[in-house]
This record gives sequence, C-alpha cells and structure tokens, in this order.
Amino acid sequence: MVLYLIGFLSGIIGGMGIGGGTILIPALILAFNIDQHIAQSVNLISFIPMAIVALIAHFLNKNIKINILLALIVGGIIGSFLGSLIAVKLSSSLLKKLFSIFLFVMGLYEIFYKTHKK
Amino acid sequence: MINYSNFFKTAAIGLVSGICNGLFGSGGGTILVPAMVFLLKVEQHKAHATAIAVILPLTIISSIIYITSGIYDITLTYKITIGSILGGLLGAILLNKLSSNFLRKIFGIFMIIAAIRMWF
Repeated sequence: MVLYLIGFLSGIIGGMGIGGGTILIPALILAFNIDQHIAQSVNLISFIPMAIVALIAHFLNKNIKINILLALIVGGIIGSFLGSLIAVKLSSSLLKKLFSIFLFVMGLYEIFYKTHKK
Repeated sequence: MINYSNFFKTAAIGLVSGICNGLFGSGGGTILVPAMVFLLKVEQHKAHATAIAVILPLTIISSIIYITSGIYDITLTYKITIGSILGGLLGAILLNKLSSNFLRKIFGIFMIIAAIRMWF
C-alpha cells in the first residue's frame, strides 16, 4: 500500500512538471532499500502509460513543436542507447554514486529555477 | 528548408537528454525543458508538451534495454505505475490551480538531502 502511495506522490510531482522520477528513485532506494538499477527501471517503465495519455492530450491541444521534434528525437535515440548500455554495465554502487551527483545538480537547479513568461 | 546548424544544435540537446535519461533512468525532461526554453526559444508550456513527445520514445528504448538486461521488478513497477497514473492526473489538475515555484524549492532541498545520503 505504501508503494502505491509513493507512486501517487511522485505522479503528482511529475504531473506538475517538476520531474517525478528524480524524487521517486531516491525514495525507493532510501526508504525501501531497492537496488539502484531496479529503481531506475521502475521509473522508466512506470512513465510510459502516463506519458501516452498526456501526449494525446497535448497533441490535440496543438502544444507540441513539430518542427524541432525530429532533431531532438534523432539525437535523443542515440543518447538513450549510449546512456542505457552504460547504465546496465555499471555496478550498482558506482551507478548510485553517479546518480547522487546528478541528483545534487538537479536539486540546485530546482532551487534556483525561475518561471519565464513570454 | 532545413537549417543544418540548428538541426545539429537541437540534436545535441536531444543527445544529452537521452544519455542522462538512459544512464540515470530519469531527468531527461528536466534537462529538455530549460534547454528548449533558453536555447531554442520555445514557450514554456509548449516546451513541457514537446519534452513528453521526445522522452516517451527514448524511455521506451531505455526500458527495453533495461528489461532485456534482466533489470526489472514486475510487482514493484505495477504498484508504482498505478499510483503514478492517479497522481499524474491530480498533478495536471493542480498545475493550473497553484504556483509550482514554492514546491520546486522544497523538492530541490529534498533532492539535495537525498543526494548527500545516497553518496554516503
């Protein structure tokens, strides 16, 4: 039941566009002793169904910038292969150290974030 | 008419987001949104929507690589997914009702504390 609740809370944060995964992964690791690789896998897979629903809504509202989509996805696919293949090869303890640096930088970013209105 | 220097700049943004998203299993969107706003001059709400359209295929690729490497937990993923779908709907509603700037700072502090605890 607690796991459903953790998913629910990270879903709220994700739905608000604050990056639910960067909260979900450390929560699973620190509170439930989940392995680093598994926590990352859970976050990746659990994102998919919600993203499909959100994407359909955004597409119908014409909020997607189609003209830059191709370049972002082409670069992104190459990056995804690189990042994922490196991740599955690394030891959990090293991946956890790298993740903690990433999380620290992301935390600083969130603190200094300012909304830009145009 | 395709502008090649813009294409490569945009693809490079995608590349960095993809690497982080695959390596850390998260954070691709957190990088993409400000990169689109500051470097490509995309409006904030369109950047959020476009980020999802980019991150979804990347996450599917990364998930396949993780799963085929034996890195998955079906029961745990199921519970988190159900919770996050319900939470995601509530979050999308709340987004239009309250300012997220204060929340961001609170979560930023949580993230830094978690980062320090994970390192040691």
